[in-house]
Amino acid sequence: MSVRLRLSALRRWVLAVPALWLVIFFLAPFLWVLKIALSKPAVAQPPYEPVLLLADSWAVMIEKIAALSFDTFEIVMTDDLYFAAYLSSLRLAAIATWLTLLVAFPLAYAMTRAPKKWRAALVMLAIAPFWTSFLIRIYAWIMLLKDEGLINKALLSLGLIHAPLSMFATESAVLVGIVYSYLPFMILPLYNALERQDPALLEAASDLGATPFSAFWRITVPLARPGILAGLLLVFIPAVGEFVIPDLLGGSDTLMIGRSLWSEFFDNRDWPTASAVAILLLALLIVPLMVYERQQVREAKP
Amino acid sequence: MKRGLTPFHLSILALGFGFLYVPIALVVFYSFNASRLVTVWGGFSTQWYVSLFANEALLQAASVSLRVAVAAGALSTVLGTCAAFALQRFGRFPARSLFAGLVYAPLVMPEVIIGLSLLLLFVGLGIDRGFWTIVAGHATLGLCFVAVVVQARLSGFDRSLEEAAQDLGASPARVFRSITLPLILPAMLAGFLLAFTLSLDDFVIASFTSGPGSTTLPMRIYSQVRLGLTPEINAVSTLLIGFVGCALLVASTVNRLKAPSQAR
Repeated sequence: MSVRLRLSALRRWVLAVPALWLVIFFLAPFLWVLKIALSKPAVAQPPYEPVLLLADSWAVMIEKIAALSFDTFEIVMTDDLYFAAYLSSLRLAAIATWLTLLVAFPLAYAMTRAPKKWRAALVMLAIAPFWTSFLIRIYAWIMLLKDEGLINKALLSLGLIHAPLSMFATESAVLVGIVYSYLPFMILPLYNALERQDPALLEAASDLGATPFSAFWRITVPLARPGILAGLLLVFIPAVGEFVIPDLLGGSDTLMIGRSLWSEFFDNRDWPTASAVAILLLALLIVPLMVYERQQVREAKP
Repeated sequence: MKRGLTPFHLSILALGFGFLYVPIALVVFYSFNASRLVTVWGGFSTQWYVSLFANEALLQAASVSLRVAVAAGALSTVLGTCAAFALQRFGRFPARSLFAGLVYAPLVMPEVIIGLSLLLLFVGLGIDRGFWTIVAGHATLGLCFVAVVVQARLSGFDRSLEEAAQDLGASPARVFRSITLPLILPAMLAGFLLAFTLSLDDFVIASFTSGPGSTTLPMRIYSQVRLGLTPEINAVSTLLIGFVGCALLVASTVNRLKAPSQAR
């Protein structure tokens, strides 16, 4: 215990430094986004008003805070285009998340069947693409899906089609992009959940007369549920706010909220609207985020 | 009950890993294409690599990216290791769940939100955007990945070694230096490399937090990709894939070699 006491000053720092870092660079910025969302766009540098300054007197500060308004929120919330973008983000992310699960589950399952000495290598192989540049992986799909792309080239030369299929710049291309990019996030929790299962359970089920099919649905899948949930959240939450994939693989009519945020900010230089979009995106994700957080925090109990 | 690989499982593995790796392999393959049209094979050539090294803007961006990645990786490793210790070793402390929540949230938070909020913070505080603002953004993301990797190592850690050293009269500093540190060092190195590659690859956060003169490699690649396919992108992609591949190989080898008995 005396060691503990002597260390307590050090321990305080070990906790305080990363905690402060996250508060400054992750938590506090959200409050700032909220503040900008309540400001009005202005032709100025920075392009919003009022600008709170530390040098302001209290009276000025209060006046400025009183000038904050919900106008931007109202505009964003009543605008059909944003509403459509929110809906379409949720729809595309949901479809892509289920597709990812469909692709990842058999793969993770087959990985647990591999001999023990292969498994570490297979896991490594499954998550390695995640560390290869996101942009490069999307670029690869542009190469494959374009009208003059490799898939069309191959199909044409095999005589299976006579005119190139238009796959590029469609919602399907975005779905493929999301499934491809986020697959490692789904495989890993599924693999962990499946690998932990005791094969004796399946043997018992088959001894009791269950067909492999029903044993799979009644034992393997339910036991893998925490892994499935983790995978779904790890894919769905970032996919809803995805920008690069719809921008590079989607058509000009592929609406996604991350893309709207980006164009409000970079093309229109409308910072308050971009901020309001960000806040509403966060509001959309708050429930899945809380489920995810609860799961993570519970799993990480020391 | 048959355990083990049936042909069915093998074909799933082949299809799954084919799906993951064929697109990447094609990018690499077509980087050696002599033709200016990326998807039309025109014979073997390394000319795009040559032209790459004459592309000043790209080289400049690569150098910015590398320096950002080293700084962000180092910072992430220190911060993330501290966070992992706090989560794994400090038992219950006030606001622990809030802290844990903060550590795990950036892992899934859409990058446009992280990028936008950081940018608004920097503008609000009157900080000029450039090299260090990108580093701060990347370190925030990297911290979380390092914390997860190091925490996993700490949770599979045999604490009786530390207790034995303590019983034998080693000071806490000595225990840390000669027992704890060597055992978690591979995880820290793996965490560093992950944070490093993450930073090297990031496009969205860098776009928000960079300033004039600090354009990163992914930002350059993105603007070229938007203009269409060029064999040069294939070449630079191939180099990046090779680079990251080597880093990952080192990370996984180190992580495995140094910890043969880390089985849970």
